[in-house]
Amino acid sequence: MNPNVQEEKKNSGRLHGRLAKMAESEHAALLLALLVLVVVMSFLSPYFFTQHNIMNVLRQVSLQAIVAIGITMIILSGEIDLSIGSSQGLVGVIALMVLNATDSLFMAFLAAIALGVFIGLINGLLVTKGKINSLIGTLGMMTIIRGAAMVITSAKAVQTPLKSFKVIGTGYWGPFPIPVIITVVLALLFYFILHHTTFGRYIYAVGGNGEAAKLSGLPVGRIKLTSYVLCGALTALSAYILASRMNSGQPNAGVGFEMEVIGAVILGGISLTGGVGSLIGALIGILILGVLSNGLILLNVSSFWQDIARGAVIILAVYLDTYRRGKQQQKLVQATK
Amino acid sequence: MMSDGGFADMEQHNGMSVTPLLELRDVHKKFPGVHALKGVSFNLKPGEVHALIGENGAGKSTLIKIIAGVYDFEGTYLVEGQPAQISSPSDAIAKGVAVIYQEFNIAQDLSIAENIFFGALPHDKFGRVRWKELYRKTSEYLEQVGLHEDPRKKMRFLTVAKQQMVEIAKALSRNAKVVIMDEPTSALCGSEIENLFALVRKMKSRGVGIIYVSHKLEEITELADRVTVFRDGAYIGTDPIAVLDEKAMISKMVGRELTNMFPKRSAHRGKLALEVKNLSTHKVFNVSFAVHEGEIVGFAGLMGAGRTEMTHAVLGVDHRMHGDVSIYGVPLPPNSPVKARKMGVGLVPEDRKKDGIFADLSVSDNMSIVSLDEVSKFGVIHGKDESGKIDSLIRKLTIRTPSARQKISKLSGGNQQKVILARWLLKKNLKVLIIDEPTRGIDVGAKAEIYSILNELAQQGLAIVVVSSEMPEVMGVCDRIYIMAGGTITNELQKDEFSEETILSSCIDIHN
Repeated sequence: MNPNVQEEKKNSGRLHGRLAKMAESEHAALLLALLVLVVVMSFLSPYFFTQHNIMNVLRQVSLQAIVAIGITMIILSGEIDLSIGSSQGLVGVIALMVLNATDSLFMAFLAAIALGVFIGLINGLLVTKGKINSLIGTLGMMTIIRGAAMVITSAKAVQTPLKSFKVIGTGYWGPFPIPVIITVVLALLFYFILHHTTFGRYIYAVGGNGEAAKLSGLPVGRIKLTSYVLCGALTALSAYILASRMNSGQPNAGVGFEMEVIGAVILGGISLTGGVGSLIGALIGILILGVLSNGLILLNVSSFWQDIARGAVIILAVYLDTYRRGKQQQKLVQATK
Repeated sequence: MMSDGGFADMEQHNGMSVTPLLELRDVHKKFPGVHALKGVSFNLKPGEVHALIGENGAGKSTLIKIIAGVYDFEGTYLVEGQPAQISSPSDAIAKGVAVIYQEFNIAQDLSIAENIFFGALPHDKFGRVRWKELYRKTSEYLEQVGLHEDPRKKMRFLTVAKQQMVEIAKALSRNAKVVIMDEPTSALCGSEIENLFALVRKMKSRGVGIIYVSHKLEEITELADRVTVFRDGAYIGTDPIAVLDEKAMISKMVGRELTNMFPKRSAHRGKLALEVKNLSTHKVFNVSFAVHEGEIVGFAGLMGAGRTEMTHAVLGVDHRMHGDVSIYGVPLPPNSPVKARKMGVGLVPEDRKKDGIFADLSVSDNMSIVSLDEVSKFGVIHGKDESGKIDSLIRKLTIRTPSARQKISKLSGGNQQKVILARWLLKKNLKVLIIDEPTRGIDVGAKAEIYSILNELAQQGLAIVVVSSEMPEVMGVCDRIYIMAGGTITNELQKDEFSEETILSSCIDIHN
């Protein structure tokens, strides 16, 4: 065969392969779902596709997106954290109390992050040193933390007279809400961490096959612990922004938040068994649920129906995950004798 | 019990016209990258022991899984002359096919009786189990297999040999017409093997057809009526045992000079690389051995002798209770596989799929995972350094993959194994490589390649430990062999002492 023809064939084959890969890619399907949702909502509500509303949606989802980054790492490493919702409550309350005691935004912020790190550390130690199943361990922590928030505040919100506290949650930088800017920066940072650092690669390995990771001498415990600590810190940041938006620390903030975020990242292709999925997918998952929520509000759907819709989407997400895994399993069985 | 003569009589009466219990015609099975069965035909007559032999990876297990309904396939499957739709294990069970796998399907914490009648417990119309009936029936079947145990006893308190008899009783309870036994004697000692043989002959006398898979040719000579040989997924032939001796079986299985498989070794023993002294965990006891630079040291033993556990003890995966491990004189701290990796000790594990590969990751990510810290600064990876080395290793080890970005799970077993080898070769300071069953489930061609890679690595000064259950492999590759039994080292053989007989007799010494 003529070498030129061969070369040509090779190139077209490569192009074809790339197109096929794009069509197969989960991101393409997710982006399509998001696009369809946006188009449908724009038709249903004239208010949906306005700058004001779009920014509103983005501000709304940024609280979840920041935590989604953390929970994505934990799920990728093969574990789970159910305490993120309660943490939002406790961290907000403590931030406000420190703010009122010191009159210092910096101290309040520092206290919030420190508490988040501490909670993450406890979660991580329970799982890595205590060998407690993470679902059970963090379920216990979820209850303890919520209880602590209630005890400390006697179940009452903590207010602050300080005006500047509201800025981080409600302010703008140019046309963009500050929380959105923070989210974008964090997303870029953690994308880099997941794909270009040893820590990121280890997360995928540890979650993909813990036994192989251990036998290969990877620091399995340290990786999981670090994921929990990072998730704790990110959750605290999100809690601080939420408190700032509400201008108060609500002990019952973030009830059901863990399920929203976990459901969204699974919708975004993060497999509950660990080791599979990407941060981009997880964030698209968050956007899809965010747009759905916003659209339903604009359409005056009652909040109870919204709960039902959200629950249904989460079940659908888990079903898709299971289905996908089943297919992969089939392939794997065929590939190995 | 009926004698062998009984079967011979039956054979004469029925001649060759008897309808086979089970027949497969022109069966093909393809896995990605491997054509595992290439047009295999097979039949099994009532009251016959039909042995399947062939090297590892020849296609025996694949055929068994097809018969058992685990794999789909191309070809014809007949049961008693009628085409059978077997597309799941339950279809096969319904047709009277029972498989006794090498690793039993046992619920360890249930009683003997519940295991035998698993899924078919006698019950009344409200779903309440009739325990008395269950235990009575169980006792009958236990009687038939000659096992004198309380039906209420939990499985975990039985020896492997007794658990196997329970599995056979289970097959009998389901009126199995075809019983498949996969390496049934691999974990049994002398008298247990005799018991098993007696049981096989008893089943045979009742017209049950038995498919017997084994590496042990003397067993086959003793037990089988016909022998079918596989080689590299191809059907070589079926002959009555009368016309085959062990030599003939081997030459059919191998089909070529065995010496080609193993490269010539010119061992040059260097410095002491790995020294293990009195090492004990809760699974191995007082293990001491040494491996020098440039040396390939083998570990032989029966299943459950503690060889894999020994590798885990050295690495620090299992809790070290006693003893020392040192690498070039530097002590390896206990209980830290991470330290072991950093000090240059690598493990290629026995169960590739479960413990070796990261199935969701690419070939290149699988290769680089243990040496990432060598190509990174402050945790940030320099991609270019990495990919250059990976590509050159893929070429050097002739890993057949369309690209380094291919998912490892899409590669054939042999290529996956090479990727895991490459994983450690990518590491600059690799000093000791421990390989557990280097060629399990690998094509013959890839096997020879892996042997020559190991040889070359040793020549470059690496200290290599090979754990292997394959006699020709351990003798062909290694310079010295340690024998393990019951969790400890029982013997050490130098190259000039190697022979299947000495190794085997040391392996089973402790049992008797």
